[in-house]
Amino acid sequence: MNSRICICGLGAVTAIGRNVSENLASLRSGKAGVGTARILETVHRNDWPVAEVSYSNEELAAMSGGQAHWPRTALLSMLAAREALDHAALPAGEKMRTGFISANSVGGMERTEYFYPAFKADQTQGATKDIVNHECGAVTEIVADALQIHDFITTVSTACSSSANSLMLGARMIKQGRLDVVVAGGADALSRFTLNGFSTLQILDKNHCTPFDANRKGLNLGEGAGYVVLVREELAVQWGLKVYGYLSGYANANDAYHQTASSPEGKGNLLAMTTALQMSGLQPGDIQYINAHGTGTANNDLSEGTAVMQLFGDQVPMLSSTKAFTGHTLGACGGVEAVYAMLAIEHGVVYPNLNFTERIPELSFDPVTELKEGQDIRHVLSNSFGFGGNCSALVFSKS
Amino acid sequence: MSAQDLHITSYVRIGQQGIACNGLAWHSFEPGAPLPDALAAAYRALEPAYPKFFKMDLLSKLGWLGVEALKANGWQPGAYEPASVAMVVANSHASNDADLNYWESTRQVPSPALFVYTLPNIVLGEISIRNGWKGEQAFLIQDAFDATQLLEYVEAVMATGETEVCIAGWLDVWKGTADGFLVVIEKTKTGTALPLSAAQLMNLYKEEIWK
Amino acid sequence: MNELMQQLKQQIIDQLNLQDIKPDAIGDDTTLFGEGLGLDSIDALELIVLLQQQYGLKLANSEDGPKVFKTVRTIAEYIQAHKG
Repeated sequence: MNSRICICGLGAVTAIGRNVSENLASLRSGKAGVGTARILETVHRNDWPVAEVSYSNEELAAMSGGQAHWPRTALLSMLAAREALDHAALPAGEKMRTGFISANSVGGMERTEYFYPAFKADQTQGATKDIVNHECGAVTEIVADALQIHDFITTVSTACSSSANSLMLGARMIKQGRLDVVVAGGADALSRFTLNGFSTLQILDKNHCTPFDANRKGLNLGEGAGYVVLVREELAVQWGLKVYGYLSGYANANDAYHQTASSPEGKGNLLAMTTALQMSGLQPGDIQYINAHGTGTANNDLSEGTAVMQLFGDQVPMLSSTKAFTGHTLGACGGVEAVYAMLAIEHGVVYPNLNFTERIPELSFDPVTELKEGQDIRHVLSNSFGFGGNCSALVFSKS
Repeated sequence: MSAQDLHITSYVRIGQQGIACNGLAWHSFEPGAPLPDALAAAYRALEPAYPKFFKMDLLSKLGWLGVEALKANGWQPGAYEPASVAMVVANSHASNDADLNYWESTRQVPSPALFVYTLPNIVLGEISIRNGWKGEQAFLIQDAFDATQLLEYVEAVMATGETEVCIAGWLDVWKGTADGFLVVIEKTKTGTALPLSAAQLMNLYKEEIWK
Repeated sequence: MNELMQQLKQQIIDQLNLQDIKPDAIGDDTTLFGEGLGLDSIDALELIVLLQQQYGLKLANSEDGPKVFKTVRTIAEYIQAHKG
């Protein structure tokens, strides 16, 4: 089956917007979402800036149709997935095999942290409903149920490349003729578990992060959710759906180097990008914009930059990391950045890489630092590289 | 690529009683031995000289040992290009076992070495580092071993130009109990040469080895 | 000083899960990272935790890490210098 994978709906919630349109407006106005945690209760509030979604769980529940006792990850997931589905406006009466492929790394951890101290002190305390959805899989299931998607549900959990891998799996299920429509992406909420963990790995920036800058100090954690609706081409045409673009290439590879650091040459990164391009049938010169993984850590940006140089030679296209806007949303970033890639194509816009002042000495290029409008963006490469050496690259193309 | 063109050429099953390869008991665990000790004893029996083993969490140890057992029982991955070896694994408890250990450490000082393992796919990373494999990998979370869903993913992976062999299965650790099942799926009919199907996978998973 | 170094060796083995290594196998001046004991970047972070937990010392600058953690002796010297 050689038909293309159409992208017919987008949904996103991050620190810079509760929906796709707010996200785009913030990206265009340079308004970043990184600041002091207000909702997450942490003693490290003043140590580490984070990119927190500015709504409480109760507010998210009201906005999304989820339930207030759900883990925050599930509420974020519900909000963005519902937006993507509404956006796709799939025809009501038609028969379709639908999948929900969602990624997360944190599951219901934020709720469990809330439950645990009271329970530890006195085992009769604490409400079970706060922990019943702790598992990564549970978060996906409750959202799938609420969205009434039953045909195929699964959770991908491969760290920061998770939701890119969700899109890959979704595309494959459609290509193999097993599903017609897939809501694919991911979500993750801030938690003390993650904040402490990243802090102990010493890869957090005490200030607003500076991706691709020579003096970068680390990342800012973020939270959010991003989903796209993938539809088999024949059906998209038959149903008269608006096609925003195509997922024209994808690949995953392992760096085989270290549990949490990338190889200096970015071998896994390069393998993923090269293979994704090959699959899309494009040449490096056909890519107008790279939405980088660009977390702002010493390690990632150098490895990723090195791999980009190896693939593109001295013709590196426009490149930026949007993580200074949204923070690193972990399991959600592949999905969120897929939405951003599609918006870049639709609106001809390239987002600035905020906080850049000095080029990394080993690299031959600067990221884009000013917003660019009126660009002819036909193909975008989106990178997501996760712990465990799990490297994914997606290629999006204009319809 | 459909299952018809693919074969299970080796498989390993790790449970309460020990490690079994290709349907035969291969290494027994000391009865009543706690899981960390049982896995350490299996490691020593292999004599692989890989001290990093001891830093791994139980899930990583389980998967790592599974692959070492496959290699010790006749499977020879050496001929494959590193980028052509893929891994697709699922479980139901994600990294919860490691998560708990890490969480305990945060009461005092959060441990970076424990935090590293609070993602289920790290086991795939450890196996890759050991074997130099750079192929595609995925980690899925399922309620219980769902061979049908896993097989769909494997077929898609084997259909890409790059992948020649895929290690797939189930690796789960929770409350001191390990449940490990890995199969090697190849295009050539060698080794145990079992036809690949969801039913076959479930059969092998449920196979009673220690009677 | 010698007692401190012996103690450190055992603590390092415990903290870093170096199960198959005996304290005697770690020389006072063996390079811990790279060639010598072959420790990696996560181990470096765990040594920072060890200093904090066992000796109440916080490395002022993480960039000093490589100097302080070069050998068991350099760690012992750092501890003695800062414990006052």
